[in-house]
Amino acid sequence: MTAAPSTSTSASRPLGRQRSALYAGNTGAVIRRGLLATRSTNYLVVLSGFFEPVFYLLSLGIGFGALVGSVQTSTGQEVPYAAFIAPALLAVSAMNGAVYDSTWNVFFKLNYSKLYQGMLTTSLGPLDVALGEIFLALLRGAMYAVGFMVVMQLFGLNLAWTALLALPAVLLIAFGFASLGMAITSYMKTFQQIEWVTFIMLPMFLFSATFYPITVYPEPIQWLIQALPLWHGVELVRGLTTGALSGMMLVHVGYYLVMIAIGIVFTTNRLRALFLK
Amino acid sequence: MPAPVITAQKLTKKYGDFTAVDGIDFEVAPGESFGLLGPNGAGKSTTMRMVGAVSTRTSGDLQILGLDPNDHGPDIRSQLGVVPQQDNLDQELRVRDNLLVYGRYFGLPRSVIAERADALLEFAQLADRTKAKVDDLSGGMKRRLTIARALINEPRILLLDEPTTGLDPQARHILWDRLFRLKEQGTTLVLTTHYMDEAEQLCDRLVVVDKGRIMAEGSPAALIREYSSKEVLEVRFGSDKNAEAAEKLKGIGERLEVLPDRILVYSANGEAELERITHLGLEPITSLVRRSSLEDVFLRLTGRSLIE
Repeated sequence: MTAAPSTSTSASRPLGRQRSALYAGNTGAVIRRGLLATRSTNYLVVLSGFFEPVFYLLSLGIGFGALVGSVQTSTGQEVPYAAFIAPALLAVSAMNGAVYDSTWNVFFKLNYSKLYQGMLTTSLGPLDVALGEIFLALLRGAMYAVGFMVVMQLFGLNLAWTALLALPAVLLIAFGFASLGMAITSYMKTFQQIEWVTFIMLPMFLFSATFYPITVYPEPIQWLIQALPLWHGVELVRGLTTGALSGMMLVHVGYYLVMIAIGIVFTTNRLRALFLK
Repeated sequence: MPAPVITAQKLTKKYGDFTAVDGIDFEVAPGESFGLLGPNGAGKSTTMRMVGAVSTRTSGDLQILGLDPNDHGPDIRSQLGVVPQQDNLDQELRVRDNLLVYGRYFGLPRSVIAERADALLEFAQLADRTKAKVDDLSGGMKRRLTIARALINEPRILLLDEPTTGLDPQARHILWDRLFRLKEQGTTLVLTTHYMDEAEQLCDRLVVVDKGRIMAEGSPAALIREYSSKEVLEVRFGSDKNAEAAEKLKGIGERLEVLPDRILVYSANGEAELERITHLGLEPITSLVRRSSLEDVFLRLTGRSLIE
């Protein structure tokens, strides 16, 4: 083989089917690249995100929970305090992993390492890149969540067999946050703007019926909380781990499906606007 | 003559009120080495991005390998190799993995990529650095790796935007040697540069661009013949005396170019002109006779130097 191409060998190559300008059906290449790149990742930084909800569970659920006793869920079930907050923290761990990856990491690749710019000079389309990167962020969220589920099982906080369904649920939650997170990040120009995301996530984490039932709020505040994504995740997962299935779960799932779709559409369009104009 | 691989007609790119590329026409034949020579901001990179199907033209016509980039971006990109002005190697991957992963972006089979990667690392003189981190490579090595990466899909056209800018002289010569080999093997090269020596070494044919327009077109030798004299005499009288001396030099040579630090005398015989100058009683601090270069062509066409 010659080291370099000659036009004579490649000129005969057929053009093949016409590819869509948005999607080459090659998301796998983006995902494989991401997995290969994690080899050089600092795992201590990655793991810190996992421990955060675990520490909350230990301090508030186990420690503070001894003072609280039991709490009533939105379906009227009385559960120990730790079993009340654990599913919420499970949803939070899925959110954290997905958001860290789709904000800080994506921002760096977008603006500093010029990774996406390089990818889009190949036959990859912006949808391949968006889906691949969102999947990688989802994966980090899923890893945190699975780890957290093991912790829950060890402490006996999965109260029903339906807790198994919490696994696909956290995947959905991670997917939603990864997708929306990447879309938002693609519009950001400075690291300071990413700090705003952190600034919004903290109150959402604290106030989304995570540590106490939403009924403590006056009605207008309840509406506000219910408009935010984390509350839907918390309610969905809590229903599954406590074994209280309800029709509202379909609404929660629907909320995330819409969030995923919006995120993918915006991310794809933004990548195209940034690198193919 | 075979069909051109690139055809641009009245190609134009505007960003708001600013016209980066102002209605340029050119063609590139298969196997040709074609250059865009011009100063920074001439519209070279913008043109390259449109040819690379990553930037949409504002107006005019553009055909790459017979296809319109507006409709066939991915098809065109799959047959191009791109070496951007700034290296965008994947810093999180090691040297060989950069080639493997990039090949996957084109959807090529793993076995094909692996075989090509090894040959390309050999070609790029990086065979002993396969496991190295990208950050640990020198500037010249990074550039060669970027070129190797651009060849992984056996492109029909290799686009090089300022391939040696920022490299030291030795690294530039190694790179020129590699590019010259590609040219010998029949790869179509399209490159931009603001180095006249690079254009002279690598380009069969080039266009001189300035402010988004094509000022002249031809082979380096033909351009020099047409727009400059055979030789150039450079004389310096000291920065405060140049203008005064230039007055007295009128009539000497075919043409004079007065620069802030020196005066260029264009002539078929530089030594003879120098003698005439000394006969006038003028004593330049330094004098130099050299062949005309593309720099002189550019100066003649635009009244400005290439590197400002």
